[in-house]
This record gives sequence, structure tokens and C-alpha cells, in this order.
Amino acid sequence: MCRFDPPVRALRHWHPAALAEPVALRRATEKPRTDFDPMATQSDIPILPASSEPRGLLAAIDRRIVDLGAVVVDSFTEAGSFSLFAWRMFRWLSTRLPRRGTLIPCMYQIGVLSLPVVALTGTFIGMVLAVQSFAQFRMVGMETRMGAVINMSLVRELGPVLAATMLAGRVGSAMAAELGTMRVTEQIDALASMGANPIHYLVVPRFLACLLLIPALTLMADFMGIVGAAVFSICLLGIDSHHYLQNSQDFVGNFDLFVGVFKSLFFGAAIALIGCHRGFHCDPGAEGVGRAATSAFVFSFVAILLIDLLLGIVLDSIYFAIWPEAPKLF
Amino acid sequence: MVSTRTQTEFRGQPLVQIEGLGVEFARNRVLRGINLTIHRGQTVAVIGESGCGKTVLLKAIIGLLTPTEGSVYFDDKNLARLDERELAHQRIRFGFLFQQAALFDSMTVAQNVAFPLRQHRALPDDEVRRTVLARLAEVGLSESVLGKRPAELSGGMRKRVGLARALVLEPELMLYDEPTTGLDPIMSDVINELMLGTRRKHPVTSIIVTHDMRTARKVADRVVMLYPAGRLGRDEPQVLYDGRPEDIEDAADPRVAQFVRGEARERLMEMRQGNGNQYDG
Repeated sequence: MCRFDPPVRALRHWHPAALAEPVALRRATEKPRTDFDPMATQSDIPILPASSEPRGLLAAIDRRIVDLGAVVVDSFTEAGSFSLFAWRMFRWLSTRLPRRGTLIPCMYQIGVLSLPVVALTGTFIGMVLAVQSFAQFRMVGMETRMGAVINMSLVRELGPVLAATMLAGRVGSAMAAELGTMRVTEQIDALASMGANPIHYLVVPRFLACLLLIPALTLMADFMGIVGAAVFSICLLGIDSHHYLQNSQDFVGNFDLFVGVFKSLFFGAAIALIGCHRGFHCDPGAEGVGRAATSAFVFSFVAILLIDLLLGIVLDSIYFAIWPEAPKLF
Repeated sequence: MVSTRTQTEFRGQPLVQIEGLGVEFARNRVLRGINLTIHRGQTVAVIGESGCGKTVLLKAIIGLLTPTEGSVYFDDKNLARLDERELAHQRIRFGFLFQQAALFDSMTVAQNVAFPLRQHRALPDDEVRRTVLARLAEVGLSESVLGKRPAELSGGMRKRVGLARALVLEPELMLYDEPTTGLDPIMSDVINELMLGTRRKHPVTSIIVTHDMRTARKVADRVVMLYPAGRLGRDEPQVLYDGRPEDIEDAADPRVAQFVRGEARERLMEMRQGNGNQYDG
């Protein structure tokens, strides 16, 4: 029988603290020396014998448990800090609207400058859907039904999620980087010191711009996707245009369009809040700003997909309540 | 002329009262048991080595940090107790010059200096422009910088624009965070002269956080020296010296004299022995 019996003596050498800084460990237990030459260089410091601090397997496990606890505590702290941030933002939003001078540039940055990239990705995703579904639908001889499938998935799912993803990448991380730099260079403190509330001045306009303009971006992605898919299917794949469009019209209704736009509002809110929160709580230095930007995108993307799932379920039950004959999810 | 009034001689009303102030970050004690009263019209230099909590003290005074214990009263109002709106209203009475000036990157110099005016005063555009130009002239900057972005300015110019911005609402209390750090000797002295000039022109109380003894000697009429809380004994006060700048050389505590003369021999020995590890950064 093969038995794995780790020699404790060898494990001691794996202990991270033992590997990391033996000198630091020794220094902590060493007695202050009086015969020290202050002009001595680092290499002159005598290496003292290692301390008899308990190490090894138990200490390693102990440390892992402490680390795990720290992660749990940190995530709760983070969630609390985010909730507080969102609450303060909504309170400022409800008491005083931002000035036009701060809102308009944000809207331009977030909405107008995002339009080309959203339109482009929308077009491509429409075409990709046409390419991917064509072979299968061809096999069963139902390629005119492609219009329904492509447009339904575009309008309900891919349009809003894609527009939101592009916005998170283009705007969410930029907000985190910009506000993070402002935090690191004390510009946020400077705002507060001049009697301007940083949340009202910096976060509220970004939030409003995202919330108001993401439906427009979603509609743009939808529209370009539909056009891209239709042009590709009809012109390049040679599908009959009348039936393609007729099928789309039959299957895709106003409710589907509404579902997409409605979801996008939540995506926009999440992107703005997460981006601004990351920036406001940025760690010092260039590294901190970089980390804030990256984590803003990652967290926004996860939030988008999570919200997408939850709203998908909720909106489906609403759909079923209105039209009971439709196929039910649960 | 630099006046030489100190806390004991000075009979002005107290403007800032700090009572038992303590600030802690993640169990790291930065300030503890600070008691200070700053009177109207005084210019106080807060000195001490890096990491002793000078900037934290400044931010606690203006309410950017909430103290862990104790309280700060500005004109008899406890800043920690004020709600956001009242605090914003009180902050109009403060001017804060940040270490790197903290000018808004997205705005021009003119917009930066005009920012407090636009926030708190409803003035016509030409009046705002006139005030901005007057403030910039006071710090020795001409009309040509108006349209520039902070990134295009040198360090000394940025500090001076920051000073103009801090002074634009004629504050009662000016807070300077290391105003001469990172500047050449001439520009440092320009800033010193500007701080003196500000006091001559406006009836302003100033708190200057610095580790530049030249600034402390030239501008301040009272010097407060802080010592890192982590290196003090349990009952030792964190304020090692509080008095006139002229007398600081004769202070009883040897650590004060060491700092003033810039002698590091004993400190280095402490670091080598590992007692000062937590302040190495």
C-alpha cells in the first residue's frame, strides 16, 4: 500500500514565513544590542541563530485559517462599504440634481463617445449569429426562421449585455481610473475641502449619464445587430428576405424589446456605481489605480451577468402572468 | 516683521480646539491624546518626521478624517457632529493647500481658481474673472497661465495656483500641507514669503505642516513638534515641543534638538536594532 507520510522536518521548510524573510523573523525576537556601530552597513549585521518559534504544519494550517477569515471579513466590509456608497449616492440624487456643466460632459463621454464601438460590436454580433445558426437551420431546411431566433436573442439578451459590457470596459474602468487618480492625488479631498460634496459632484452625474444613456446604446446595439444579421443573411447567405423579415416580425414583440431596455437600466446603474466606488476606494500609487480600473471591469461584468440572470427569471414570470399560454420557465 | 507671540502670550480667541484627539488606521495608532488650542491670528508650524501624523492632524482639523477618539472644535463647533451640508458650509471658512497642490486635472488654471467661487457665490462671469486674476497676481502669476492645464505647469507654479485657489474665498483658517516640499530653495522661499504676505493682507490663522525648519523659523510664531506615536512610551505625550520657534534649540527633550539639527545617528542605530521597523517606510 502506498502511503503518503509527509516528514514534518521537511514541511518546516515549506512554511511561507520561514521562506519569506528569515532575517525579519529573527529580528523580532532578538534583544537590542548596545555595542552596535551605527555606521555599519547591512552586510555587517551578524546573522543570529534562528528562533525556536513554533512552526511547521500546524502553524501553516493556522495561518491559512487566519487568511481565510481575513478574506471573509474583507468581503463583508467591501459589501458594506459599497451599500453605504450607493445609499449616499441615491440620497444626493434625490436631494439635488447635478449642474448642467457637470452632467453634459459626462453624457458626452459616456454616451456619444461609446456609440461607435457599441454600433460596431452590435453589427458584428448580428453577423456572427447569422453565420453560426445558418448551418444548423439549413440542415432542417428552416433558414427563414433564423430571423426570429437571431432577432429574439439580440433584442432580449445580446444587445443589452453587449452594450453593457462595452460600456463597462470603456467607461466603467475609465471612471475607476479617473476617480482613483483623483483620490491618490488628493483631488477628492480638495473637492471636499472646498465645500463641494465629492459624491454629489463626481458620482451623481456619472450615474445619471450612465442610467439615461445606456437604453440608447442598447437600442443602437439592437438596431445594428438586426441590420447586420439581416444584411448578412439576405445578401450573403441568400435567404429569402420576405420570409426572414416576416418571421422576425411574428416572433419578436414589443415586450421583448422592453425586456432588453429595462434590463439595461440596471446594467448602467451597476457599471456607474461599481466604477465610481472602486475609484473612490482606490489604494495609493499607480498600482492601486491600475487595480481599481481592472477590478471595476471584472466586478461590473460579473454584476451584469448576475443581474441579467435574476431579471431574466423575474421578467419571464411577469411575461407568463400577462400571457399565460406562453411556455413557462419554472 | 514676524511677530513672536506664543500661546501663553497670545490673547486672541481660540479658533481651533483639539481635545484628546486620537486617530487609528487598521490598529495602527497615528495620533493619540493630542490637545492643542490655536488662537485667532496665530501661525502654527507643526513639525515632525515623516509618518508622525502631521498630515493626519491637518485632515482631522478640516474634518476629512473622523477621529477615532477625542474631538476637534472649529469656532466652538464639533466638526464630527455636523451633517454633510453644515460641514460643507463651515469648510468655506477653510483654505487648504495640499502637498501636491491637488489641482483638478480636467480643468484649466482659471477654472480651478474659480471653482470655490462658482460653488459658493453667484457672481457674474466678469467678476469671477477679475477675482481670479487678482488672486493669481497676488501669488505672482500672470494672465498667460489662465488657459493652461495643471499638467503643463511646474511644481512651484502648481503650488502657487493651489494657494490662489485656497485663498479665493478669503478663508479664516489656512491649512498648508508641506508647502515647500519638493521645491528648489528659491521657490521654497517664494512660498514662505507668500505665506507671510497672506497673513499681512488677510486676518488669517494658519497651520503649516512641514519638516522644513526654515519655513517654521521664518513664517511661524508657534512651533508644535509631534513624535511618531508608535515609538513613544505608554504615558509619554506625543507633542514633544510647543512654543516659540526661537526657543526650540534649547528644548529640554533631546529628540527635539536632534530633529531641529537633523541628526540621524541615534535614529539609525534604533532602526538597525529593529526597534523602529514599523516606521521604516
